This record gives sequence, structure tokens and C-alpha cells, in this order.
Amino acid sequence: MRWLLVLHAALAVIAAPMGRRLGTRALLVCALAPVVTLAWAGWHSREVIAGRPLEESNAWVPGLHLDLTFRLDAFSLLMVLIVAGVGLLVLVYSAGYLDETASPGRFAAIMVAFAGAMIGLVLADNLFLLYACWELTSLASYALIAHQDQSRTARSAALQSLLVTTTGGFAMLAGLVVLGQRSGSYTLSALAAHPPPLDGAVTAALLLVLAGALTKSAQVPAHGWLPAAMVAPTPVSAYLHAAAMVKAGVYLVARLGPVFAVAAAWRWPVLVCGLASLLLGGWQALRERDLKLILAGGTIAQLGLMIVLLGSGQPAAMGAGLALLVAHAAFKGALFLVAGAVDKSADTRDLALLGGLGRRLPGLAVVAVLAAASMAGIPPLLGFVAKEASLAAFTGATLATVVVGGTLTVAYAIRFTWRPFLAGPGAPAGGGGGGVAMTGSGGPSGAGGTSWTGGAVGVPGPPEVSKPGWLLFLPPAVLALAGLVLGVAPGLLSPLLDAALRALVPGAPPIGLAVWHGLNLPLGLSALTIAAGVTAFAVSERGVWPRRRLPPAPEVGRAAVRGVVIACARVTGVLEPGSLPIYLTVTVLTAVGLPTAALLWRWPGASRPPLAESPLQVVVAAMVVVASVAVARARRRLGAALLLSTVGYGVAALFVIHGAPDLALVQFLVETVSVILFVLVFRAMPERFRPQPMRGALPRAAVAVVVGVFAAGFAVLAASARAEPTVSRFYLARALPDLGARNVVDTIITDFRALDTLGEISVLAIAALGVVNLVVVGRPPRRPGVVAGWFSTSTVFRSTARFVFPTLLLVSLLLVTVGHDAPGGGFAGGLVAGSALLLRYLAGGGGEARRALRVRPVPLLASGLGVAVVAAASSWAEGRPLLTHAELDLRVGAVGELHLPLSLGFELGVYLVVLGFVLISLRTAGGEEVPSAAAEPGGAGAGAEGGAPAVGANREAGP
Amino acid sequence: VTIVIALTVAVLYATGTYLLLQRSVGRIALGVFLLGHACNLLLLSSGRGGSPPFAGATAPADPLPMAAALTAIVITLGTSSLLLALSQRAFLERDDDEVRDDLEDRRIARGEVEE
Repeated sequence: MRWLLVLHAALAVIAAPMGRRLGTRALLVCALAPVVTLAWAGWHSREVIAGRPLEESNAWVPGLHLDLTFRLDAFSLLMVLIVAGVGLLVLVYSAGYLDETASPGRFAAIMVAFAGAMIGLVLADNLFLLYACWELTSLASYALIAHQDQSRTARSAALQSLLVTTTGGFAMLAGLVVLGQRSGSYTLSALAAHPPPLDGAVTAALLLVLAGALTKSAQVPAHGWLPAAMVAPTPVSAYLHAAAMVKAGVYLVARLGPVFAVAAAWRWPVLVCGLASLLLGGWQALRERDLKLILAGGTIAQLGLMIVLLGSGQPAAMGAGLALLVAHAAFKGALFLVAGAVDKSADTRDLALLGGLGRRLPGLAVVAVLAAASMAGIPPLLGFVAKEASLAAFTGATLATVVVGGTLTVAYAIRFTWRPFLAGPGAPAGGGGGGVAMTGSGGPSGAGGTSWTGGAVGVPGPPEVSKPGWLLFLPPAVLALAGLVLGVAPGLLSPLLDAALRALVPGAPPIGLAVWHGLNLPLGLSALTIAAGVTAFAVSERGVWPRRRLPPAPEVGRAAVRGVVIACARVTGVLEPGSLPIYLTVTVLTAVGLPTAALLWRWPGASRPPLAESPLQVVVAAMVVVASVAVARARRRLGAALLLSTVGYGVAALFVIHGAPDLALVQFLVETVSVILFVLVFRAMPERFRPQPMRGALPRAAVAVVVGVFAAGFAVLAASARAEPTVSRFYLARALPDLGARNVVDTIITDFRALDTLGEISVLAIAALGVVNLVVVGRPPRRPGVVAGWFSTSTVFRSTARFVFPTLLLVSLLLVTVGHDAPGGGFAGGLVAGSALLLRYLAGGGGEARRALRVRPVPLLASGLGVAVVAAASSWAEGRPLLTHAELDLRVGAVGELHLPLSLGFELGVYLVVLGFVLISLRTAGGEEVPSAAAEPGGAGAGAEGGAPAVGANREAGP
Repeated sequence: VTIVIALTVAVLYATGTYLLLQRSVGRIALGVFLLGHACNLLLLSSGRGGSPPFAGATAPADPLPMAAALTAIVITLGTSSLLLALSQRAFLERDDDEVRDDLEDRRIARGEVEE
């Protein structure tokens, strides 16, 4: 079954580019997904209805119960038919509804993704898969609600629907996790077969799951988002109400109802919220003037009834609920599509402006009346059959409430059809009386009735009407006709509904749907609702109700959304004040504070370390301390750079004293390179740093002292905590016998821990690319004199530099090759080569440096990484894991055997990356650009001498 | 570790942090370099000192922290070069390299939000 989801996803991916080429016809291509789904469902229907569900399980992360488990039983089959059937009609309709300016590709993509998520939701057996699809439908409807209308109202309506339904979704996830934990299984089918005992945790879980289902189905008090979402394009509304999104909540309630209806924590919320929605939704529908808002109120009401029926767990009520589910999909889908067609042809959905459509658009009027009659429960339509069944399922107060709800339904069904379709043009404007044009996006909730301004604004005549195209007419006609055919012959539907009921309640008796059950109580009540409904409509038309403003129903809606937005802004304002020093202070203090807390929590104890390893250490350390304090206090840029190099050389000396010649070598070289880079950058800037206000100095110093004290304590504790360096002993013991190498540090870098090194040179390469981007891309025009070459013009210096350059390069390569046995290696070698280049630069500027090494820096960097990766991966050729040690033995004629460890290739890669990095830094810091791919890298001789003005400016200021 | 090294590490961390909290990117780069020195010394000092760790050495120093510090040195060069480039770019754009407060964030903090 997963291939169905893959099909939807694939179509969603290609829909957007397809929309650019095909326009609205892309929607018809996307209709392929529901067509295939319907065919697939039809193919399996016989077997599934016979009680043999189709199951499929794909393990994904079994340890976390994340499995793609699907199950097609008869209830899922029913849902799939509704989702895909209505989806198909809506997609076809959209092809006629949208125009080319409404980005049909995007619409098609999200719509088909929406359909796929809904299919996944009703097929999912695994609880987490169900949840994932659940949230996907929320995201899709969020994206669709504000598809066309980008106004603030539309965006806030979309946000409201997202926030309300995902908050419910999170609650549901928590509930599902608890249910899974308590029952030991994370599938719906296992949950139904072996429900967990009803203890406190399960009770809480049920409430959480219900919170998710009821918010999704827009039940009181979380109903506000559904009317607000009417700003969506009408096909979206049709799909949302008839088949997707809100039906998800009903689906889940139906799945769990038979299992958990014994629990009061399930029964009462379902009953109270459902009945309250039934009454409140119907009431709201009677007070609206926008056709879509009338239908939205009706949806809240009908969903309330479905929740009560399907959540009850009683077979008779659930059977009625299933019938209502089908009937509602047909008539609500048809009515929304009719409303959209009216909107398209008359350019308004305002009841006060519409009239006489029955004569001008007779076909559409017949469809509207047929669907509305089914909604009202007029025989012999499917809505009547469902209403009979639901009236037979209840007694007492519940029954009375359902009768009142049915009365309201009849009243707003007439309201939807009377004035627009049946009454003649210019029919007396009823209660509202006003001629205020209502646009599609106006008055999202309608609770306050923003459009009921009344007064004589001047009633315009009925608007011009154009005939809707076939694409706008056929889909609603099909749905309305389905309501008629299935109502006259419910036997067509009965096998599927009976099987669906048995899938939910094993062993349930057949529902026994029929138009004529004889003269009984439900029939009488049904007649009563029709009579009372007609009266209620007549009264409401007199303007008795709409004029009386009721306080808006308590809703979790716009106020909550606004609250969330404001709270987010507050939190962001506190966490992100927009000041870099504050961010860094918080980061630094956290980095210090958390380990300190942990140390105080469990004090490890420390032994007193010796004072110093040698007197020399004391002297050098004192030099480092003094120089570093001087760096911090320095006011001059160049002074700070030179003091920094003093610190660096001092630290290198400390490395030597500690017994780390490799480290010291690299440190010396890095220090040399970096001091030159600092000087090259700083020379173009003012001599002094801008003085800092004294206000901030003290807090900075305080933070610095705290960090310093922590560091000292940490150094002492860490050293005494480390008892036995076992890994180091292994490295020391194995370097020579396993790798034939004497330099243990080098073997760690290029062999034992070579993967780390690979990561590190990647970081270096990325940093180099960052440097290039910062300095070169989108660079402002160079200001002459600001960034000028700064180099010696001494011929002696230049000649000497040219003379020693090859020697230095040789030395650098030697360092690479001896790395295994003596201090050296790729890092040191690369830095020596880089220093040699720096020397040429200082002696003669950029042109001189380019003449020394005619390579492009970025390809050099890339080839270095490539060499390292190839060397690392060469062991794959022999079927051994990455970076396995290997040696290459070559016989070179009379010279003898050449013994090449593959790690030498790795060293070479490191060498090239480091050299490329230095080259890039030099060229950018030196005020020159890294040549782009088009430019000639070597520079055509003296013509590329760093720019003539630069040299000239330098000569004037030259030393 | 020795007391002298611990104190040196402390001072390097303190001065590095002090520079890190400045507004000038150039000074921040200096601070990052000092912090790099501090980290490398701290890493190294967690192991035993001794003679250079070559195969067959008597009482060799601990090689593992050295390997860790060696690559860290080069990476420090990479990061501070990036900061230097940032400083250079900032200077080219508007004649100083100070990081100013983000005005948008300031507005949000003052409660001027759009819904």
C-alpha cells in the first residue's frame, strides 16, 4: 500500500513544474492519483467486504515502534472511497475553477499531497504513522487555506487552523504513546483487539486523544478555525469538509469508540462536545449571509452528530453514523462546489445579493436543491435514510437534542437554497436588509456578524450571471445524484456499510438502511423536524434572529492565536536582544556554568599538582602571560598582532618543554603564517582600534575572570581525573610493529585516527571557501590606496627570496615524507610551503607570488581533499574498510625496493589542502582576488603585478 | 599538569574571552587565537609530559593529546582567518569592523511586532 503514497508524493513533486507548462491541466494529470486509488480499492473491495482485511508491514525503526504498517479493512475501504472519490471530483472541478494566475501547479501539488496524507491516515495501522499523516493533513490545509488570498486575514486564518489542529495533534500524540505503552502494541488493530485496562494513565490518554480528534473535527469549543478557514479557495473547502481533514477526527473517534466507550472519560466529552456542536453550528448557520459560512456552520453541526453517533460504540448508532458519513460527504461536497460555481458566475456569495438563479441556471439549481434536501433529510434521499437511522439510535435528552439539531438543519438548508435559487430576482431582502457587498474573504468567523450593518446602503439589482462551464457543473451533479441514487436504493451501499460496521464492532448486526420502515417514532420525529425547520426558517427570514446579536460563542480561536504570536515575540525579544556581546556572554557563561554545577554536584577531588616541570617553563609561561594580557589591552592593531605572535611562539616553546616537537613545529609555522595574515589585513585599517566605552569593560573583565578561574580549576581536575592513558599506551606499543613508523603522533593523525583528520581538513577547506566568499563575492569596488600591496621593493630581498624558494619547497616535501619517523608530516609541510609563498609575496607582491606557483588556489584545495579521500578509500579496492593500513612495495630497478605506506598519499592530501588554504588567505588578505575560473591563474607576466596603482601607492608610502 | 601551566591556561582563557566579548571583529579574531592557544595547552596538559613520543622512547610523553592539539592548531588558523576575512569585508563595506546591534531584533524586543 505504500506505493499508493509514493504515487501521491511523486505526483506532488512533479505537479509544480507541470503547472508551469500545462497550467490548470496539471490538475487533471494529478487526478490520476485518486483514479488509481479508486481502481485499487475497487480491485480489493470484494475480499475486504468479505471480512479479510489487506495488511502490509514494512519495518522501519522497530526499536521505536516506527513501522509502516498499513491495514485495509472495510471501514478503511469506505474512507478510501470517500477520500479518493471526492478528491477526484474536486481536482476535476478545480481545473475549471482556478485560472492560470492562481498558480495551479502549486495548488495541484499541495492538493495531491493532501489527498495522499489522508489516504495514508485512513490506511495506517501503526499509531505513529497515523499521527504523521494526521499532521501532514494539517500542514497541507494550512498551505491551501491562504493559497490565493494573501491578505492578513487569510494568513491569520491559516495560522489559526494550523495552531489549533497541531496543538490538538500534539496532545493526541502524547495520548497515543501512553495507549501504546499500556497496551504493549502500537497498532490500531492490536489496540482494538487487546485494549489496555482503564486506569488513570489510560483515562488521561483518552482525554488527550479526544482533544486531538475534536480539534481536528472543529468541535466546540475549538470550532472557530473552520469558519475562518472559509477564505480558502472553494474546492479546498469542499474537500476539507466533505472528505479530508475534519473527517480525520471522526475517523479516529469511530476507530476507538467501540473500544473505549465504556470509559466515562471517553463517553462524556464525546456526547457533550458533539451535541453542543450540533446546536451551535446549526444556530450559527442560520445567522450567516455568506453561502460558504452557512455551510461551515452546518459542517460543525453535522460533524458533532457524527462524533456522537460513532463515538457511542453502540452498533445501531454507529451504523447510523456511517450512513451519515457517506451522506454528508456527498451533499456537503456538492453544496460547496455549487457555492463555488455560484461565486464564479455571479461574483458574489452574499445571500442578500443573490436571487433568481433557479431560472437562469436551472441545472445548478436542481443540483443545489437535491443536495440541500439530502442535508435536510427529505425522503427519498440518502440524508433522510441516515437521519432515520440516527433518530432510531437514541432516546431521552439526547434524542430531543438531535431533533432540535435536525430542525436547525432543515432551516439552514432552506436558507441556503431559498433566496439564491428559488425566490425570484429582487425578492424582498429579509432580516439583514443591507446591501453590503460581501467579498469572499470577509468576516471569517461570522460570530459577530461584521456584515450585518443594516441600513439602506441601496440595494443593487441581482448581479450579472454567467453560465458556469461543464467542469464546474459535473462534479457537484455527480455527488448530488449519488445522494439520490443511494437514498432510493440503499441496498447498493448496505454491504459496504455493514462490513465497515463489523470491522469496527465485530459481530454487529446489519444496519438495515431503508427509506420506508413503516409508521414509527423516527418517521414522526423526522416529519416534526421538517415542519419545525420550515417554521424556523420563516421566522428567521422575518429578521427576528439575526438582528439580535448574541455574544460570540466561547471559542479557542483568534484570541489564542494572537496570544501565541505575542508570547513568541516576548520570548524572542528576551532570548535575542540583537547584541553579539550579549549572545557570547550567555554562551560562555553557560559553557562554564553547567560543568561547574556538575562538578559541585559530585566533586571528584584533586591532587595538588607540581609547581613546574622545569625552571625554563616558569620563564616562558611568564612571557606568555604578560604578552597575552598586553594583547587584550592593546590599542594599536599592528601592536596587537605582533604581541599575539609573541604569545604563539611562547606557547610553541611550552610545547617543546612538554615533549611535543611535532606540535611545536606546527605552532611555529602557524604563528608565522598568521602574524603575516593579521598584518596584511590590519595594515589597511586605522592604526588604532576604536576606543570602547568604559561602561562595558568591567562586566567583560568579570566574565573573563570567571572563565579563567574555571579553566584553571578544570585543568587541575582533569589532569588528576585521568588515571591511566590506556589508548596512548596502545598507540605507543603498536606504531612500530604494525605501521613501521616511529613518530607516534604522526601515526595517530594519518593512520589510527585518520578519519578525524579527514574531517579536519574538510573544515579547513570549508573555511577557505568562506574566506573566498567573504572577500571576493559581491565585493565593493576597490578604493585605491586603502588596500594596496605592501611589500618590499628591495631587489636583494626579492632575489634572495627567489633563491631560497625552491629549497623551502623541497624541505616542505621532505617534511611530508619523513613524518612517519621524525617530526613533520602533511600539516607542517603544507605550512612550510605556504610560508615560502608568503616570503615571495613580501619580497615582490602578488605578481611575484603568482609567478612562484602557477596554480589556482581553489582547485588546489579541491585536489588536496580528493587525494586524501582517494588514499583513504583505496583500501576498499581490496574489500577492506575505509582507511585500512596498506603498503605499496615497488621494485625500482637497481635502486632497490621502495616502501610506500598508503598513508603517505593521505599526508600529501593534507599538505595540498593546507597549502591551498594559505594561498587563498594570502591572496584575499593581500587585497587580491582569487581568480575566477575564467581568469588566467598564472597572471600574464608582469601585467598582473597586483595592479599598478597599488604598487604606485605603496612606493609613495614605502618604507 | 603543573601549577604554572594551569595559571597560564587561566590567563589565556581570560584574555581570550575578554577580546571575544568586544564589538570589533578584528579583536574578536585575536581573542579566538588566544582561546585556541588556551585550549591546546589545556589539551596537552591533560597528558603526562616527558620525552618526545617516538617508538622506543623511555618515559615518553602522552601522544594522544598532542595529536588532538596538532589538528586543533591548524583549525584555529582556519577559523581566525575566516574572522579576519569578515573583518576585512566589513571594513571595505563601511569603514569599520564593529558588529552593531541587530535593529530588527531590537524592535522585536521592544514589542513592535506584526501579527
